[in-house]
Amino acid sequence: MTRNAATRDGYGQALLDLAGNEKVVVLEADLGKSTKSLHFRKAHPERTVSCGIGEQNMLLVGAGLASSGFIPFASTFAIFTERAFEQMRNGIARPNLAVHLCGSHGGTHTGTDGSSAQSIEDLAVFRTLPNVIVLHPSDDVSTRLLTMQLAETNAPSYMRTARNKTPVLYDDMDPSAIQIGKGIELMDGKDVAIIACGVLVSESLKAAEMLQKEGIHATVVDMHTLKPLDGKLIEALVQRCGALVTAEDHNVIGGLGSAVAEYLVSNIMAPLEMVGVKDRFGESGQADEMLDLMEISSEFIAKAAKRALSRK
Amino acid sequence: MSKSVAELQEMARKCRVEIVKMVHRAQAGHPGGSLSEIDLITALYATRMRIRPQEPKWPDRDRFILSKGHASPGMYSILAEMGFIEHEDLKSYRVLGGICQGHVDMKWCPGVDFSAGSLGMGLSFGMGCAVAARLENSNRRAFVMLGDGEMQEGSIWEAAMAAAHHELGNLKVILDRNRIQNDDFCEEQMRMFDIPAKWKSFGWNVKEIDGHNMSEILEGLDFLEAEENCNGPSILIAHTIKGAGVSYMENNPSFHGAAPNDEQFHQAMIELGEVEA
Repeated sequence: MTRNAATRDGYGQALLDLAGNEKVVVLEADLGKSTKSLHFRKAHPERTVSCGIGEQNMLLVGAGLASSGFIPFASTFAIFTERAFEQMRNGIARPNLAVHLCGSHGGTHTGTDGSSAQSIEDLAVFRTLPNVIVLHPSDDVSTRLLTMQLAETNAPSYMRTARNKTPVLYDDMDPSAIQIGKGIELMDGKDVAIIACGVLVSESLKAAEMLQKEGIHATVVDMHTLKPLDGKLIEALVQRCGALVTAEDHNVIGGLGSAVAEYLVSNIMAPLEMVGVKDRFGESGQADEMLDLMEISSEFIAKAAKRALSRK
Repeated sequence: MSKSVAELQEMARKCRVEIVKMVHRAQAGHPGGSLSEIDLITALYATRMRIRPQEPKWPDRDRFILSKGHASPGMYSILAEMGFIEHEDLKSYRVLGGICQGHVDMKWCPGVDFSAGSLGMGLSFGMGCAVAARLENSNRRAFVMLGDGEMQEGSIWEAAMAAAHHELGNLKVILDRNRIQNDDFCEEQMRMFDIPAKWKSFGWNVKEIDGHNMSEILEGLDFLEAEENCNGPSILIAHTIKGAGVSYMENNPSFHGAAPNDEQFHQAMIELGEVEA
């Protein structure tokens, strides 16, 4: 039976698993209960810094800590990380200080809180910053493993996690197969390749099953790292399938689709269909309702795959 | 540590000369705020900072964070005086590839611990340094220099609240209250009313001084270091004159971010006692 979990729980678990490293410090902005850093706070209050509802301050407190040799993990809602974008830019990315920022509740899948809480641009904005690693994992297992790897990177990062539960994909996966910068092939087919991130990875697997019933064989890739992008894998997918689809719960401007498109135009051409939020804001609704409203659920990914296929 | 007031004044005079030379050479930069802060920075570096100029990354060094990072000529001049960099390096101010970037940058210049340039950020960074020192049980301090204009940034008050909440007695702020910001006098741009009362109400230890009177500056630094003021963060509000030491720059908003021409440069060198009239 499929286990369901939220990626934010994987983040919370990773912080606990990292606690043995005395240099790991957790920063909160009054949303630890939501981002799941609260478990670390309970176990290690002396290494948890409450910054109140003050994201700009939080990020630069992190920068000061990182400059002194600590490994700060700061979290808030994805939408509120954007409020501190310039702090991330000037205070963290520019001096290349390894502050790890996690934005939970990313995307329209966040649901009933409505459009003010549904970040659809976080991946785009942080992807523009030199030095910054950008991650959007698909399940709690990979979130935990990737978060733990961040502690070893010596580079700043932004990771988006999700509020709501989705199917767990990697309970039986060899952990060494989950690495920052390496896409993961979940299904192998030679007609079309679907490259997805976050909550749309499981939707893409559903789409691939739909396509299979129609005799279309899709490769499905979990591209949990948007930056640095796994260009080698994209080239292999183009050679194998000749047509690509990207799928993300994010504006089609600037996210995973844009990253793949940028790679294609500079390296190897192939038709690309981008499934994502069509440059509009969301509204209150259940997670599954939002994916349908935004036309990014499995059914829409399958349709996009057929369009991509027809353009070969 | 045992420099006399006269020696400190002479050190600051030499720094003033370098500040004006740097800005004149580059024909760009920020002389006004560099000249207003320099007596404070000189006293701090020459008498208080626990630092090793030959080992700039010594982990237990006190941190100095120039939040008003555009006033970089002031900091570069003292770094040269202290031996972190060579006086020759000052010629690289605003020059391609030079260690003296337009705004102080920790990636470029030895002795710089914060990459500045965007106002309102230094206090938060200093708070992070102070938390780090506490976590390591180190007695190192974080000194942060703020400008008065940048107090208009909301993030300053996020940090002010957080530092008091966390009772960071190792966080020490010096406010360069020179009353002028980029476009005009602060009073015209955004009135800030009772600044000492604001900081007191945020839970800080507060003292006001004349930021050009070397004896008062030393007393002010004593205040920042006093045991009874290490229960939480402290701020020294230093009343200064923008452009102090060069008559035509003093209290003149035009010299917040403008270079003197050759004639003005010559006059400044006379006024600073570098050349004879």
